[in-house]
Amino acid sequence: MLARGACQRAVCRYGDSIIFPPMPSPLKCSLCPQPATVHLTQIVDGKIHKVELCESCAQAKGVTDPNGFSLADLLLKASLNPGPSAAGLRCEQCGATAADFKKQGRFGCPRCYGTFQELLAPLLENMHKGVTHIGKLPRRALARKSLYDRLTKLELDLTEAIKGERYEDAARTRDEIHQVKLSAAPEVPPEKR
Amino acid sequence: MTIADLLAAPSELTDTASSKTAIVLMTRIRLARNLDGRAFPGRAKAAQRAQVLAACRDALATSTPMRRAASAAVEELSDLDKQMLIERHLISRELGGSTGHSGVVINREQTVSVMINEEDHLRLQVLRSGLQLKKAWAAIDGLDSELEERLDYAFSPTLGYLTACPTNLGTGMRASAMMHLPSLVISGQMERVVRAVNQLGLVVRGLFGEGSDASGSIFQISNQTTLGETEEQILQRLGSVLNTINEHELNARAKLLETDAHKLLDKIGRAYGILQHNHLLSSSEAMNLLSLLRLGIDLGIFPAAARAVVDRLLIECQPGHLQHAAKGTFEPGQRDVLRAGLLRSEFANFAKPDFMVVGRN
Ligand SMILES: [Zn+2]
Ligand SMILES: [Zn+2]
Repeated sequence: MLARGACQRAVCRYGDSIIFPPMPSPLKCSLCPQPATVHLTQIVDGKIHKVELCESCAQAKGVTDPNGFSLADLLLKASLNPGPSAAGLRCEQCGATAADFKKQGRFGCPRCYGTFQELLAPLLENMHKGVTHIGKLPRRALARKSLYDRLTKLELDLTEAIKGERYEDAARTRDEIHQVKLSAAPEVPPEKR
Repeated sequence: MTIADLLAAPSELTDTASSKTAIVLMTRIRLARNLDGRAFPGRAKAAQRAQVLAACRDALATSTPMRRAASAAVEELSDLDKQMLIERHLISRELGGSTGHSGVVINREQTVSVMINEEDHLRLQVLRSGLQLKKAWAAIDGLDSELEERLDYAFSPTLGYLTACPTNLGTGMRASAMMHLPSLVISGQMERVVRAVNQLGLVVRGLFGEGSDASGSIFQISNQTTLGETEEQILQRLGSVLNTINEHELNARAKLLETDAHKLLDKIGRAYGILQHNHLLSSSEAMNLLSLLRLGIDLGIFPAAARAVVDRLLIECQPGHLQHAAKGTFEPGQRDVLRAGLLRSEFANFAKPDFMVVGRN
């Protein structure tokens, strides 16, 4: 449930919510530099998450509608204050920066997860039940990937062997490639068949 | 099959035969999936988006559940088509508003829909009337496994399925149930229910998701977290919460009848009267009146067969469906007249209420 404490509005919609003591000094909005007037909490699994917002950001985020917004989303953006090391990071694949992630709360491509690992790790703990995936595995994709890697390596070996005129090695590698392809025909990606 | 054919046919939700369920109207599971090595739709260039759209449509066309599906690029759809698809929960508002190389593929039965280039490359969704978490999971798991043979998913052994927003990371699964909870609303207990549900890591939203109000006392309850649990664990947690809410709603009904029967029966009786004789009706008022009628059916005041009619009308009184039926574009004020006309004619021949069944008159 959303709760607002030290709420400066005349009418507080969240009557029986948890009230936090008034803040000693005016806090800054989590999303912009203005002073925060709306203080939100949400409890997920007994962990309390807090976000401070200014009036206009609260409005913009639909915080006034108790059904209408996801605190997880907001928390994500609010807690993204990249340290000096993370601030300079840039994804090699898509060019996204830490600032992009902070602004949009979205990554640019799958590779970003590796690039911004350090930025993301502390967020995941608050966001999810755990930090490690234990659900469904795309079995075929994983099998295909390891097979692909193996064939790629064998083909490399083969080229090297031919280049070095090690024909016995080359023949052996060629047999091996043939065997691997035969044993896992349906798993071989089309471009490697 | 085209999207137009599909919209002319009843949806899983408007299908009268399937509407036997009382408190849980619909179960929905969606999976977020992305292709490896490609920018997510929000960052992808037009050409990259076009490639992803083509690859996903090809893969879907050869999958068993989508073999005879309707498929369209979003720019081929009219505003009205999009609105109706949103009202049937087959596409999201975000997809409806997207420009350039987004698409949707929907099976004939309108129980499976796949959005392409929404926030993620793929958003698979399975819809079932009533509470059917296991069946919905089996269906979407099957489709996902088939697609995975043809598409190279972005997957990390530690983080799971990689999604544009880290809040969907891991399983990429959002399972939800749409519940009709009029007695919890009338007795002012919804606030408490929402809070309790939140503590269990689940979220409550209005009928049309984020930002929508809860008119018609219809709520969507779904999992908030996607990483660190198996799909089965998430579904089990959701299922047990849904059962608890179901019990609370039934208890609230019993309590209202015990302590405040006249007030409750008055609301239902007045709703029936207004539906029969009104001439101007906003969407949200219509939803609230239909919700009371539906409660009346659950209590036995109206015959059970009428529930299917009410469930159909809950969709048909939405702006898109209303304009589709009237074959034109109408301003909100004119729509209120159309809506009133639709409901007057439907309720002219509706069963008479029998208030004696609840032991009062
Ligand atoms: Zn602000
Ligand atoms: Zn990237």
